[in-house]
Amino acid sequence: MARITFIQPDGTSQTVQATAGQTVMEAAKLENVAGIEAECGGACACATCHVYIADDWREKTGSPSEMEEDMLDFAFDVRAESRLCCQIKVTDDLDGLIVQVPAKQF
Amino acid sequence: MSMAQDQTPGQTIETDVVIIGAGPVGLFAVFELGLLDIKVHLVDILDKIGGQCAELYPEKPIYDIPGLPVVTGQELTDRLMEQIKPFDPTFHLNERVDEISKQDDGRFLLKTDVGTCFLTKVVVIGAGGGSFTPKRPPIEGIEAYEGTSVHYSVRRMEFFRDKDILIVGGGDSALDWTLSLQPLAKTLTLLHRRDDFRAAPHTVEKMRELVANGQMRLLIGQMRGLHGSDSQLEAVTVKTKEGEERFPVNTVLPFFGLTMKLGPISDWGLNLHENLIPVDTEKFETSEPRIFAIGDINAYPGKLKLILSGFHEAALMAQKAHSYIFPDKKLLFQYTTSSSSLQKKLGVR
Repeated sequence: MARITFIQPDGTSQTVQATAGQTVMEAAKLENVAGIEAECGGACACATCHVYIADDWREKTGSPSEMEEDMLDFAFDVRAESRLCCQIKVTDDLDGLIVQVPAKQF
Repeated sequence: MSMAQDQTPGQTIETDVVIIGAGPVGLFAVFELGLLDIKVHLVDILDKIGGQCAELYPEKPIYDIPGLPVVTGQELTDRLMEQIKPFDPTFHLNERVDEISKQDDGRFLLKTDVGTCFLTKVVVIGAGGGSFTPKRPPIEGIEAYEGTSVHYSVRRMEFFRDKDILIVGGGDSALDWTLSLQPLAKTLTLLHRRDDFRAAPHTVEKMRELVANGQMRLLIGQMRGLHGSDSQLEAVTVKTKEGEERFPVNTVLPFFGLTMKLGPISDWGLNLHENLIPVDTEKFETSEPRIFAIGDINAYPGKLKLILSGFHEAALMAQKAHSYIFPDKKLLFQYTTSSSSLQKKLGVR
């Protein structure tokens, strides 16, 4: 189990319980976290689950694959801390993860 | 299969059924209707057949198609095309059905965005998540410039002659249009968020040559703001590593891929629920008789958005469609394994 906190652009936050093996996107969708659209259902094909990973967590979440980088080209306001959360697998190590939801997913 | 080019433009096409959406479910509907001798035209906004399977995940494996343990989106599309070949449907690609109006004789008149008209006895909406439309960068005030200074596609190249153009993106569309418009443009800048491009390597190479020769500019950064007045763009602000830069352009072409929007379907007077079309589970008919909705676009208790659900829905829809198209013919339920008349239609020898 890992608790993941999603922070919205207006500063409000929501913490969800995620299970190892899920993706961060799936955990968010199950709890209806606002701003995570995931139009393609997790195929890394749409860039509508774009999030920012807090600095101190980036080592644990890893960095985007080449395919994910390509897809991030379709996201808006991409930063060094940008990820597509359908590509982050939940592990128990991610307990306490803080994820910032961008202002817009396009 | 026939492509729409075979038709004379401007004429009204009379047919039994128009299917809106050429995704897997629309394609299988051609099969089920075809077995009942029903002729079909399909309209799709994409430039290719296969819907999401072809556009979003042509190479991604699908594991839950009965009888096919693993199949990619493109393979499934190709298999379905092979399966419906005997029924020779006509495809109208790059077209979106904008209007549906009911005629006095009970048929429907459909009009597409490029002016194709259909007179059809039955309409089948198999539009999935809606129509694919270009993503609009979430920049304040961008709507005001759309159609005048901001364009998501190039319909006529000549329109862009002597313009100061900014192209945004790093894929094939961005790079192909960079190369095509550079000779026409007064100035051309390509903006991409990183110095790495998904586009075909040879087009990237050509672009870099143009940059090296001073014929265009490449900026690594992201678009931040648009400035102008009366829907005429005058400048853009771009954020690069060095900070924000504002420079004059009068034309922007953003290429950020496609997203799905319900689009004109919401104007057709059908009952809608959360952007989906409620149907019954016997015939998959909408609130308007003779208009059916199958696949991801419909809603009913227990609905699962699976391709296989759409296949089932297509089969039942076809039974009811038959009664509208051939009101005097009794429909005899037959199996393809044993019916010689079905096998004849399928070209089995």
